Amino acid sequence: MRKLTVNGRIVDVDADDNTPLLWALREQLGLTGTKYGCGVAQCGACTIHLDGAPVRACVLPLSAVGPNQKIVTIEGLSPNGSHPVQKAWLALDVPQCGYCQAGMIMSAAALLAEKPKPTDADIDAGITNICRCGTYNKVRAAIHQVAGSTTGRKA
Amino acid sequence: MRTPSMNRQTAPQDGRTRTLKTGRRRFLVDTAATVGAMSLGFHIPMAGAQPVGQPPEINAWVVIRPDETVVIRIARSEMGQGTLTGLAQLVAEELECDWARVTTEYPTPGQNLARNRVWGNFSTGGSRGIRESQEYVRKGGAAARMMLVQAAANEWQVAASDCSVANGVIRHAASGRTLSYGKVAGAAGLLTPPKDIPLKDPSTWKIAGKSMKRLDTADKLTGRLVYGIDLQLPGMLNAAIRDCPVFGGKLVSFDAARVSSMPGVKAVLRVDASTVAVVAGTWWQAKTALDALPIVWDEGQHAKASSAGFAEILKAGLDAPDAFVGNKVGDAAAAIAGAARRVEAVYAYPHQNHATMEPMNATVRFTPERCEVWTPTQNGEAALAATAAASGLPPSRCEVYKLPLGGGFGRRGAVHDWVRQAVQIARQLPGTPVKLIWSREEDMMHGLYHPNTQARLVAGLDAAGKVTGLHMRISGQSILASVAPQNLQKGADPVAFQGLTASGDGEIGYTIPNLLVDHAIRNPHVPAGFWRGVNHNQNAVYLECFIDELAHAAGKDPLAFRREMMSRHPKHLAVLEAAARRAGWGTPAPKGVFRGLAQHKGFGSFTAAVAEVSVSAAGELKIHRIVAATDPGHAVNPTQIAHQIEGSFAYGLSACLFGECTVKDGRIEQRNFDTYPVVRMVDMPAVESIVMPSGGFWGGVGEPTIAVAAPAVLNAVFAATGKRVRTLPLKHTDLRRT
Repeated sequence: MRKLTVNGRIVDVDADDNTPLLWALREQLGLTGTKYGCGVAQCGACTIHLDGAPVRACVLPLSAVGPNQKIVTIEGLSPNGSHPVQKAWLALDVPQCGYCQAGMIMSAAALLAEKPKPTDADIDAGITNICRCGTYNKVRAAIHQVAGSTTGRKA
Repeated sequence: MRTPSMNRQTAPQDGRTRTLKTGRRRFLVDTAATVGAMSLGFHIPMAGAQPVGQPPEINAWVVIRPDETVVIRIARSEMGQGTLTGLAQLVAEELECDWARVTTEYPTPGQNLARNRVWGNFSTGGSRGIRESQEYVRKGGAAARMMLVQAAANEWQVAASDCSVANGVIRHAASGRTLSYGKVAGAAGLLTPPKDIPLKDPSTWKIAGKSMKRLDTADKLTGRLVYGIDLQLPGMLNAAIRDCPVFGGKLVSFDAARVSSMPGVKAVLRVDASTVAVVAGTWWQAKTALDALPIVWDEGQHAKASSAGFAEILKAGLDAPDAFVGNKVGDAAAAIAGAARRVEAVYAYPHQNHATMEPMNATVRFTPERCEVWTPTQNGEAALAATAAASGLPPSRCEVYKLPLGGGFGRRGAVHDWVRQAVQIARQLPGTPVKLIWSREEDMMHGLYHPNTQARLVAGLDAAGKVTGLHMRISGQSILASVAPQNLQKGADPVAFQGLTASGDGEIGYTIPNLLVDHAIRNPHVPAGFWRGVNHNQNAVYLECFIDELAHAAGKDPLAFRREMMSRHPKHLAVLEAAARRAGWGTPAPKGVFRGLAQHKGFGSFTAAVAEVSVSAAGELKIHRIVAATDPGHAVNPTQIAHQIEGSFAYGLSACLFGECTVKDGRIEQRNFDTYPVVRMVDMPAVESIVMPSGGFWGGVGEPTIAVAAPAVLNAVFAATGKRVRTLPLKHTDLRRT
C-alpha cells in the first residue's frame, strides 16, 4: 500500500511500484478524466500536474512519486469547471470529441501558470499534446483569451 | 483506494439510467429504464394513461418532462463532429421549444430493433449524420409541436389553428390563455400523430442555422464524461489482447503457465484463430502479463510481404489492360494521341492508420441468456449485429449501449472487430463483465487502413494549352473488397471513384471533352477501411495536383486554367473563387510566401482551399495560412462547420506531411505516435473558413474539406520550390534548394 497526495487528499493505492501513475489514477482511484493515448509520453492525453509542473503520467511509475508530492488531475483543477482555462474552453467551444482535452487543459493551465502572457512560440513549445480532431487553433485562441493578450495570430 | 471525494458516477448498467450533469444541460445515456418510456410509440396511438413516473414521449424523437425539460433523441453517434448538437437544433427548430431546456439522449440499437427502426439508420459515417436524417428529424419535431398544440386546443376547446406557440409556450390569442409544453405533454402523447407535416422554410429558422453552443462541452472540460475506455462496472475484469502481427496469420500456442501467477491475472484465453488475451483485475496487470506471455505464431503466407512489394503490384496495375470504368466521356486515348502536347505523371498514396486518440475498447457482460456491450461506436446497429454474431444469441437478446467516442474517423463504423473480440472473451467468463482495451501498439498494427493506391494521369493539351483529353488510371486497393465485398458491383468498387464521377455526391468539377477514369483493383493483404475523407483524399491529390501540372505546362495561372474548364460547374467554381478572393490570389504574397489552390466536391459539399507556404533554403516547410471555402447547401451550425473545416486541415495535413503505415515482414512497422507522427500545435496553420451555403441541397461537413488540404499545400510547395511531390507523405521529399 502506497500513499499519494491527489487533488488535495491523501489516498492509499494498492498497486505495484512499476504501475504508471496514469493507471493507478484510472484503475485504483477511479479518476478516469486522465486519459490513456499512447503509453510512451508522446500524446499528452495523460498530462497531470506534479508539484505544479505538467507531467505525462503514463510513463511515471508509482515508485517515482513521493507521498507528499502534490498530484493534481483534471478532476482537481477546479471544484466545478471554474478554472480560467476551463471557462475559456467553454466560451470558445474548444473540444470536439474531447478525449485529449483534459490533457490539453492541464498543459495549458501549467503553461499559463509559468507564463501568464504566452507568445505563439511559447504555445507551440508548451502545448505538444496531440489532438486528432484538430482543435489546435481553438486551443491557441483560448489560451490567449485567458492571458488577455491580443498578440496571438488569427486562429 | 477510493475516497469519498473521488467517487465517480457509476457507469450505465442494465436497469438504470445514468445522467451526467453538465450544468444546465444533461447528457443522458439511457438504458433499460427508459425502454418503458419508449413503449408509447410514434406509430401506436395510446388509449391509456402514461405509465406512472415516466415522462411523456410525444413521439420517438421528443420527450417532454413535467419540469419542461425537452429531451431530443439522437440516433447518430457524436464523435466530435457536432452532429448531436446539429440534429437537436433541427428538431428544436420545428418543435418551437425553449433551446435552453434542450437535452439529448441516445436510443439504443436494441430499442430501434424492437420498434421497427423508428429512429432509422444509426450509421454515422460518410458525413451523412445530418444530411441524410435532416428531413425525418425535422418532421419528428414538427409533428410533436402539432400534437402539443392540439392537446392545448383540446383542453381549451378551441381550434388548433387559433393557437400559436413560441419557446415551448402555447398561446390562444383570442382568450390570452397559455399552457406550457410540460403541462400538455401527457395528453399530446396520446393523440394520433399528424399525417401531413409541413416544414419551415430554412430562411425562417431561429435555432437551426445559428451558431448555437455545443450541448456536450461542459463534461469534456472536467474529466466527468465517461468514454468507452473509462467505463467501470461492479466486479469488472480487464483484458489486454494481441492479434497475430501478420495479417492472416494464426495463433499456434501460448504458455499461460508462465504468466498465470503474475499479479491480478485471472485468465489467459484464446480469443479466436489469431488472437490471445490476458484477463486481469486491472488493465495494467493484464497488459504487463500479456507482454510477458510467450506466444507462437504461424505468420502464414504473407510473412514476407512488404510495402515495396505492394508498390510493384500497384505499378503493374497502372498498365493492366483491364480496369473498371468510373467515368468516360468521348475518346480520351485518341484525343491524347492527337494532342499537340502530352503530359504524364504518376502519383502514390500510402496506407495510414486512423489513430483515434481513444484506442479501440468495449465492455461486455455475457450470460447464456443475454449479451450486453458498452462501446464507442459510429454505428450502434452494426455493433449490435456484431454482438449477436459473436455471442451466438439472437439480436433481441443482445444490447449495445453507445458511449462517447474518443474519435471515430471511420475506424469505429463498418467493422466492429474489437466488439467481436470482447464478446468472444466475455463468453468464456459468463456473468463477469470484461473490459477489453487495445494498447496503442495493437491499435496501430491492427487497423483498417487508408487504402494504398497509385495513379497515372496522362493528358493531351492543344496548341492553345487547353485540355483535349485526360486519362486517370487508378491502381490499388478497394475498400469495399476489404470490408463489404457483397457491395462490389460485378467486381467493381464504385467508392474508388469518389470525387471523379460525372454526377452525384462527388461530381468532378471540370468539363473535359475526352475523359477516362478507371480503376485496376489490386489488393495488398493489409485490410483497408473507410478513413475520414475516404477515397476523396487521394483522388483529390491526384487530380488537383495534376491539373496544377497542366496549368504550369500550359503556362497559365492555376486559377485561370481551372476556370476555363468550370463554366458548367458553377458551385464548384463559386467556392474556388471565394477562397481565392479572400486569400488575395493574383496579388503579391508576403515575401518568401507562395500560394497554391485546390477545389473538390465530396459528400455532397463543394470545397476549395488556398494555402500559403514558405520553404527555407534548408528545405523546411512552413504552412502559414489556409483559406477554405465550403458550400454544404444548408448550414445548420456555421461555427461547428468552421471547426470541422479546421479539423479537416489537422487531419488532412497529418496525412499530407507525415501519414504513412509501412509494411515489412507482413506487419505494420509503426507502433506509436513516435513512429507515426501527426500534426501538432506547432505544425498547424491559421485557418480562415468561409461557410457559404447556397441552399437547395444538403451536403456533409465532417469530411469534404480534407480532400483539398493536401493538394492546396502541395501546389503551394511547387510554387515555392518548383518540386512536385507525387509520392505521399511529403516527408520523403527533399525540399532543400539545389
